[in-house]
Amino acid sequence: MLVFLLRRIGLIIPTFIGVTLLSFMLIHLVPGDPIEVRAGEHGIAPERLAELRHQFGLDQPLWKQFVDYEVQLLHGDLGTSVSTHETVWNEFTTLFPATLELGLCAISFAVIVGLPLGVIAATRRGSGFDYGLMGLSVTGASMPIFWWGLMVILVFSVALGWTPVSGRISDLYYIEPWSGFMLIDCWFADDAGACTSAVSHLILPTIVLGTIPLATIARMTRSAMLEVLNEDYIRTARAKGLSVRRVVIVHALRNALIPVVTVIGLSVSALLGGAILTETIFSWPGVGHWLVESIQRRDYPVLQGGTLLVATLVILVNLGVDLTYGFLNPRIRR
Amino acid sequence: MSASVSATPGRAGALWRSFAENRGAVIGLGLMIVLVVVAALADVVAPHSPIEQFRENFLTPPFWMAGGERAFLLGTDDVGRDMLSRLIYGARLSLLIGFSVASLALVVGTSLGLLAAFAGGVVDVIIMRVMDVLLVFPSLLLAIVIVAILGPGLFNAMLAVVVVTLPGYTRLSRASALSELARDYVTASRSAGAGAVRLMFETVLPNCLAPLIVQVSLGFAAAILDAAALGFLGLGAQPPTPEWGTMLAGALQYYQRAWWVLTFPGLSILITVLAFNLLGDGLRDALDPKLKR
Repeated sequence: MLVFLLRRIGLIIPTFIGVTLLSFMLIHLVPGDPIEVRAGEHGIAPERLAELRHQFGLDQPLWKQFVDYEVQLLHGDLGTSVSTHETVWNEFTTLFPATLELGLCAISFAVIVGLPLGVIAATRRGSGFDYGLMGLSVTGASMPIFWWGLMVILVFSVALGWTPVSGRISDLYYIEPWSGFMLIDCWFADDAGACTSAVSHLILPTIVLGTIPLATIARMTRSAMLEVLNEDYIRTARAKGLSVRRVVIVHALRNALIPVVTVIGLSVSALLGGAILTETIFSWPGVGHWLVESIQRRDYPVLQGGTLLVATLVILVNLGVDLTYGFLNPRIRR
Repeated sequence: MSASVSATPGRAGALWRSFAENRGAVIGLGLMIVLVVVAALADVVAPHSPIEQFRENFLTPPFWMAGGERAFLLGTDDVGRDMLSRLIYGARLSLLIGFSVASLALVVGTSLGLLAAFAGGVVDVIIMRVMDVLLVFPSLLLAIVIVAILGPGLFNAMLAVVVVTLPGYTRLSRASALSELARDYVTASRSAGAGAVRLMFETVLPNCLAPLIVQVSLGFAAAILDAAALGFLGLGAQPPTPEWGTMLAGALQYYQRAWWVLTFPGLSILITVLAFNLLGDGLRDALDPKLKR
């Protein structure tokens, strides 16, 4: 197990260096000298430019700059936003709970709805329900979620007036950020009105971000269940007189869950990608919204540092999924 | 001779039968044919020019609503351009995006994958490590970063989507090439004196095609979706190009007043992406007998 652990961790080091190289290139390939870009349209005296270039190490050879960048990263310095002068790390940690809260809600929604639907479709293979669900599932997986978000706003917020259009909570409430999770903070603030407001703000973004995972999970569950239901031990369980319900839920579903859990574990990257669009549409103050804004403001340090942090997060989650598997299934350890 | 002649249509026929069993796949194929025809005949089919502005018709609703006009079947946008015509030209653009991106990604990705499989050693490790790095980023984020480097625009957005979708083709072709390389016919061909390039493209590649064809169809869908998302974020095609994602971004501020400028472009994206996903699923089932039950 230890060897497996070390080898897996060793494998991510080159990936991580590659990721930092890409984020390093981001600043250096963007047209225009970073100092001149910062000076803006006022321009800058040539002597001052040379001085600043030296101060930021921009007169060094590229490889040296890259090494300096790595050292800087290892010291936990991800750079400073050009527009807010706040460190990228501080901005990220302030905004990330909002993204995490939305992501967790979306994936829970997808599992709670998608799993039972997939199981029912598998047990009624070839029925109208099965065809209908598979049709909806491929439609969901094809969904341009930036448009889907607008459509649900149009129907539920504009036409029906059921839910708010944007943000995490109504302006009427101020909740001291303690955990950063609006639902938890409202709960502890013991403010029923704030709780209701937070929940109503969460519903639409959750549905929108959860749509593609929901489609994938329903489909995966169905095909995994179909595979498992053909196994001999299912026939045995039925033959010894167990009810269909028990066989499906206890014997089949437990084994069918393995590929489904893999899909969920590996969907973090897709979820973060979806969060970029979902947060932009709902003005959700999270990491995705922040990254899109950083481009519009040409705040390259934020885009650079934020991208690096998101990629690191994906690497760590994938590592976690991998290690969990190694732990659960000795055959994978090799 | 006669046997080989009759064998080919038989195989194609079997493939078609197995494809046609899948209702979704046939629907996908039908949709795709309609889209291709509409896109090809855009100049004939579209009632107006996609960029002509009718100054008396700002935000005219679709013809079935009060205030709608038959001249503008799906209404007009905020500067009086005919929605239907813009959608039709948008179909041409989207199919072009899908086609260029998928074929470039296929050629580059497959070559890299074959190279990795054949060369092995350091080359293999480097290529696959680079692909791992690309896969770590959420694909839209990576595309955004690449466009940030290259500058916004349709061409750069397409390049970004090529890079983002590359790892899929590379991994797939490498994996199937590796499994083919162990087969006897490859050894036979090699011992008969076939060179590396001939082995790669003439001997091994044709036997790896099935999964790649499926990947191209699904890649087509992904390319259209990603390019539209970039357009929506203002990083892809720039106005007044009738690109569906860009049209959506331009229509955002009118969502309370004019649902049609928002609904139709997105619906077009959905239908197109759905068509290629259905087609890809159908092809996979038809081409891969292992998945059939």
